[in-house]
Amino acid sequence: MTARLWSIAGAAAVLVLLVALPAFLREYSIALATKMLIFALFAMSLDLLLGYTGLASLGHAAYFGVAAYTVALLVVRAGVSSGLAFPAALAAAAVTGAVFAPLALRARGSYFLMITFALSQVVWSVAFGWRTLTNGDDGMPNVVRPNFGFSLDNTAAFYYFTLAVVGVATVLLVAIVRSPFGRALRGIRESESRMRALGFDVWRYQYVAFVLSAAFAGVAGALYAYYNRFVGPEYLYVIQSAEALIMVILGGAGTLIGPAVGAGVIVFLEDFISSLTQHWVLVLGVIYVLVTLFAPRGLIGLVNDARRRWSAK
Amino acid sequence: MTALTIDNVSKNFGGVAALSGISLDIESGERRVLLGPNGAGKTTLFHTISGNVVPSAGRIMLFGADITRLRPDRRARLGLARTFQITNLFPRLTVLESVLLALDGASGCGMRLVASPSNARVMDMQAHGLLERWGLAEASSRIVRTLSYGEQRQLEIALALAGKPRLLLLDEPTAGLSPAETRRVVAMVHELPRDMTIVMIEHDMDVAFELADRIAVMHLGRLIAEGDQAAIRSNQQVTDIYLGAE
Amino acid sequence: MTWLIHILNGLAFGMLLFLLAAGLSLIYGLMRILNLTHGSFYLVGGYIGLTVMQFTGSFVLALIAAVVVVALIGAVIERFFLRRFHLDELPQTLVTFGFLFIFSDLSLWIWGGNPLMLNVPHIFQGSVPMGYYSYPYYRLFLIAVGFVVAGGLWWFQERTRLGTMLRAGVDDAEIARALGINVSLLFTLVFAAGAALAAFAGVLAGPVLSLYPGADFEVLIFAFVVVVVGGLGSLRGALAGALLVGIIDDFGKAFFPQFALFTVFVPMAVILVMRPTGLFGRQ
Repeated sequence: MTARLWSIAGAAAVLVLLVALPAFLREYSIALATKMLIFALFAMSLDLLLGYTGLASLGHAAYFGVAAYTVALLVVRAGVSSGLAFPAALAAAAVTGAVFAPLALRARGSYFLMITFALSQVVWSVAFGWRTLTNGDDGMPNVVRPNFGFSLDNTAAFYYFTLAVVGVATVLLVAIVRSPFGRALRGIRESESRMRALGFDVWRYQYVAFVLSAAFAGVAGALYAYYNRFVGPEYLYVIQSAEALIMVILGGAGTLIGPAVGAGVIVFLEDFISSLTQHWVLVLGVIYVLVTLFAPRGLIGLVNDARRRWSAK
Repeated sequence: MTALTIDNVSKNFGGVAALSGISLDIESGERRVLLGPNGAGKTTLFHTISGNVVPSAGRIMLFGADITRLRPDRRARLGLARTFQITNLFPRLTVLESVLLALDGASGCGMRLVASPSNARVMDMQAHGLLERWGLAEASSRIVRTLSYGEQRQLEIALALAGKPRLLLLDEPTAGLSPAETRRVVAMVHELPRDMTIVMIEHDMDVAFELADRIAVMHLGRLIAEGDQAAIRSNQQVTDIYLGAE
Repeated sequence: MTWLIHILNGLAFGMLLFLLAAGLSLIYGLMRILNLTHGSFYLVGGYIGLTVMQFTGSFVLALIAAVVVVALIGAVIERFFLRRFHLDELPQTLVTFGFLFIFSDLSLWIWGGNPLMLNVPHIFQGSVPMGYYSYPYYRLFLIAVGFVVAGGLWWFQERTRLGTMLRAGVDDAEIARALGINVSLLFTLVFAAGAALAAFAGVLAGPVLSLYPGADFEVLIFAFVVVVVGGLGSLRGALAGALLVGIIDDFGKAFFPQFALFTVFVPMAVILVMRPTGLFGRQ
């Protein structure tokens, strides 16, 4: 079988597994799987910007959190129907991205990292400090899940909803990175000056990538708001941005599937290890160090190396 | 018609005059070679033409249009292409992807989030044709950073030609190449369409005299001689500089 | 008079931030590494100083012990975990983050979850009267120490051969080696020195701020803000940024307690948007 057929078969197998999951897992695990899917999307959204366009952002939680807060504010404060809040949240995240992009794109490299960090911290401090609007540190509970004729309060039902949304988003992301636009992003990542010499308006491509990336992060953020039925400033905090970055790096930047796997692994490990020992943070730290040493291109890098050695035989 | 007019261009970098009052006219279809010792300002001049550096004074006209302050990508869309002295490619992309990007950039179709299958096939054919002509066909699926230096230099030129430019800037195209590779590059340049204007920076005198219609010699940021081969060969100043410098 | 108190508080806090930012900036300037483990160096240094002081009663010994131990830890991390990823930012980020986690949990394990404070050393106990108020000697000492360290680092950077090498910002390791500079040793020393500065700050901070789990993350964020505002790789920037942030933070807490953190992040964002490389950063 050709490599392409293997990929399709693999994707199909994963899809079947994901759909069949709730049948043989208990409720707690289904909820965990839902969380893994949400963060897989969050990580993939960052990968579009970091892995494909070459822009490392330490402020991605801003779009994640803005979407979540949009859901919470509309549903809890304005009484908007939860289902309608979803597209509004997506739009809010995209608009935030559109506003922040020109500011952040004044810099590259470490400075870009810093500006994105700064901008997201401003958003965080607004959410944290504006108690009358957001309840500040206490956060906003009572975020109702959407009702499309059937309730999503059931864990399995919400899992399927999340799977559908994340599935559609993933298909879109794959289409984007495989398109000529995606190829141009990679070219920009490799050499901005070369791309300009070839006639590309590099800034415009980076801008669009930024906004798309923010929009997808927003989808994840809205889903997370529904998942927890609660939104708090931690959604916006730099730790959340750093976690996303770690998920991408651990999984393997620039592959989409790597960050998805990285996110799944980290969410799973956080849960699993904390049930075994109170020193789960220590264990995670050790794992990160070990992965860096033995899989510097991420987990997917390991898989790719193994595949190359296999086909070289 | 004059392809390129450089009108009294100067460039200062913090007190250092990299270029002083350079004026040049290059006719359409001409093969012009820029000669000069290291540090003469040749690459800086190229940068002002391609838009990577904005001149401190003077104007640059491309086919009659003032491009002095235009961004590099705009100039590329006006038909300007260049290669870089230090190889500037896409290390982790494949050769084929690099050429496809060059074709994309030249077509100026704007951002395409969806690739129509017929369009993709046409581009694929064009890309393979280009690679064939430059002897890189077998390397098409190889990752750029695994190519040999010679192959990378060839790819540099292939990328610049993908868009069928009207003005081509070649910055030391044969630097570091073996004699066989050098001959191949010279042959390729000879075969380029006669309506394409080519400006070249060269250190290899044989290559320069073989390809040039006219030659311009620079020294310490100034233009010190200009003319056809015979005129340059017999120019005393030029011989002094070269005998002194090399 | 309250203004003066606020400014002095801001300066004192700022000086602590300067010690942290100087180390972070030094490491970045030379090695292009954004050291996420820096917060750990601060906290672990503080905790070690605390323990040494509990056993010996000597503040000086506490300082020395903290600085030496943390410098060694830093050297080991650089030599065995960071050196191989020279200029490869993603693995550097992951590994320094990993160590941040490791030290965070280890220090919780060893020293527990309660906030701990060091005792103010004898000589600096008490305060100097200022109008209606009195201002603690220790904080004045902090400000003084900050200036001394700043002066020392400046002298080192401008007047010694090593300092010149650092300023040259060894951009090309090959050329540096060709010039006879032992780049590997330099990297290890600088990283260890940065860690030492952080540990120094941790012990000095002990008597005024407390040491608690999570302080490593918080202090790291502040240090980032300072370095970013001042300009990555600039000593002057670290000092300017630290004092600015220290003072803004104090006034912010005093006058807009609800928005205290906002007052720090907004100027940072504004400065960055106008000058992406910070106040004194290299373009």
